[in-house]
Amino acid sequence: MAEIRERPPEPFTLRLRRYDPASGEAPYWDEHTVELEPHRSVLEAILQARDRFDGSIGIRCSCRQAICGSCGVRINGEPALACHTHLDAAKDSARGGVIEVEPMGNMPVLKDLIVDMDAVHWKKIRRVTPWLLPKEPVPEREYLVPREAMVDVTQTMACIQCGACVSDCLSMEVDPGFIGPAALAKSYRFVGDPRDDQHRERLNDLAQDPQGIFDCTHCFKCVEACPKDVNPMGQIMRQRRIATGDFHIKDPNNGKRHEAAFTTLVRDNGLLWEAELLPRSYGGNSWWGKFAPAAGKELLNSLPAIIRALLRRKVTPAAALKPHRIPPTDRKNVRAIYDKVEGREQRLELNLYIVGEDEAPPPPAVTADAGAAPAAAASGTATATVDAPSAADTATAPEETAAPQPSAAPQPSAAPEPSAAPEPSAAPEPSAGPEPSGDSEAGESR
Amino acid sequence: MKVAYWPGCVSRGFTPELHGSMAKVAPLLDIELVELDRGACCGAGVIAEHNQELADTLNARTFALAQQVDGAELMMNICSTCQGAQSECQERLDANAEYRSQVNSNLEGEGLSYEKGLTNKNFLWLLVEEIGLERLRGLVKRPLTNLKVGPFYGCYIVRPRNRLGIDEQHPRDQYLEMLIDALGGTVIKYAGMRKCCGFPIITMNKNASLRQAGRHLGDAADADADCLVTPCPLCHLNLDLQQPLAERAVGRELRMPVLHLPQLVGLALGLEPQELGMSRHVVRPSSVIDWSAAVVAAAA
Repeated sequence: MAEIRERPPEPFTLRLRRYDPASGEAPYWDEHTVELEPHRSVLEAILQARDRFDGSIGIRCSCRQAICGSCGVRINGEPALACHTHLDAAKDSARGGVIEVEPMGNMPVLKDLIVDMDAVHWKKIRRVTPWLLPKEPVPEREYLVPREAMVDVTQTMACIQCGACVSDCLSMEVDPGFIGPAALAKSYRFVGDPRDDQHRERLNDLAQDPQGIFDCTHCFKCVEACPKDVNPMGQIMRQRRIATGDFHIKDPNNGKRHEAAFTTLVRDNGLLWEAELLPRSYGGNSWWGKFAPAAGKELLNSLPAIIRALLRRKVTPAAALKPHRIPPTDRKNVRAIYDKVEGREQRLELNLYIVGEDEAPPPPAVTADAGAAPAAAASGTATATVDAPSAADTATAPEETAAPQPSAAPQPSAAPEPSAAPEPSAAPEPSAGPEPSGDSEAGESR
Repeated sequence: MKVAYWPGCVSRGFTPELHGSMAKVAPLLDIELVELDRGACCGAGVIAEHNQELADTLNARTFALAQQVDGAELMMNICSTCQGAQSECQERLDANAEYRSQVNSNLEGEGLSYEKGLTNKNFLWLLVEEIGLERLRGLVKRPLTNLKVGPFYGCYIVRPRNRLGIDEQHPRDQYLEMLIDALGGTVIKYAGMRKCCGFPIITMNKNASLRQAGRHLGDAADADADCLVTPCPLCHLNLDLQQPLAERAVGRELRMPVLHLPQLVGLALGLEPQELGMSRHVVRPSSVIDWSAAVVAAAA
């Protein structure tokens, strides 16, 4: 720490994306060189440039310690909080040593580095009913919920609404109506909460929407973008799993059919059979699926690609009609695995956010990201656990008998059970919940 | 070197030219492929989405089969999606002994067991980290001079960085550029090179899926690329097989050939486009074939 403070100021050149829609001028780049200690943040450099050279530079900020989520920008092309990015690190990743700062993507620019969060981000957050919908009548006393269920939802509660994941969402890039990672992570915050009474309704709503949970393209961009380890894509995938697996929700977007067709084809053949997967995803999960009207329509629509694939012998009729398979004994063994695993009453899941790693992890790959992982380890328990929604289900059962006691999910209660009022705004952090990672650096730099 | 070779499903299905070209290229690089022909699909994230333990068990089974291959230095795959899906399962299996033993108990009937710590590398990683670019340069018979190649990674092999072991010592998200350069080609950078091809939502939002593919192909065309190269056969499906439909979705002609990674390597090692299966692509790689013909003519 002392060593960091002793590093003298040095010059850093910023290249800022400037744009004022009201001016009628095109966006342009603007360069300023400031002098600051290398451990200072990019935000401090932008503010210095504004104070010393050009008072018209637009940047939004407040807390300056990675808590308020106001200063989301793109630094050298990657989403980041300006206050949470050290100048030396930014310079290291910059082309030619010039730190490039742009406004976030997927949202309209209001001015320079300020984007319209209301028009996109907040609108989408409101779309998922972002408050608790508890069972009525609300119990007179507090709800008691299993510790693990609360630790689980703290991952999504850690969201600071900075919009970094929205900025980089690749589905939203081509489909602006996609509800998107931040709002769908927020949705899990209630789908995973045992006190909420509308899990099925919430998931049904998001499954029926053509731009809901099945519109995520699984690109991991939001996972990388998030400065708080919220793992939005992971939360979206879990909601798909709960929607299709627990609530058996059917949807018009081929979400459930595609998953069922994929899983069944691998069960039957050991390997995927692409020629059969597509028609079944549209027409239904059986050999007859391809004869359903929806599959026929899709086939017609894809004819330009199919004809060329056949002409080029990329796909031969024989290969399309006959699956490639693993040997019979192995198919039998794979089916036995399916029977055993799918025969369980409750899915077995390992949530590393809750349980952490029980053995020494390999050395962290990137020092800058190293702070993100141990957040999970802090929560302690080393046993494989069922996932939170399952725990949530067990917790709602006793509520139905009007006794708000967590009797169905006994947990070693070394830590007191977190209790929470049904008002989302009043929900306290559970005592053993992982701390949001990485705030210390910004604090130290002050 | 001997490797336990995981070809994945699609390389044996809709992109047979990938599996074929890998078999052609391996001996030239002194790689002995022991195919894991008993292993099941990695699940491509879809099975994990359905049931995590099921996906983890199927992959633990493949890992256990790989660990049984005598003398194999590591497991190698030729599919970005397999790499990503398997790395995710392996992360859970390696993180928790109790969970691992629970998953292994699903394999007891076959006498299989996964032991923590398997090394599973995509062919791209193996080329750079095990064979080495310097050695590869020495093996090049037909440098890709003047061939402008755009990299297309596929999401699963570049994100998330921690899980995939991407760091300053292993800049795996830049290996394609380094490789194209080592083979003598010209690297074309464009906006979509690390973005999503759109394939995972092709059945759920086809238009959005095709717009993603079309946009990246268009960006590469605008950057004057002769062709793209990808280590992911699923990306290849959306970028090549579906390109006629992607053209419709973005309203422009694209005609961008997309090569599989072993095809590009094979070309530089002196193999002919035909024997690398390039005639089987939906978008005929005319620019690449013309280029190789011109090189041969110049040499003669």
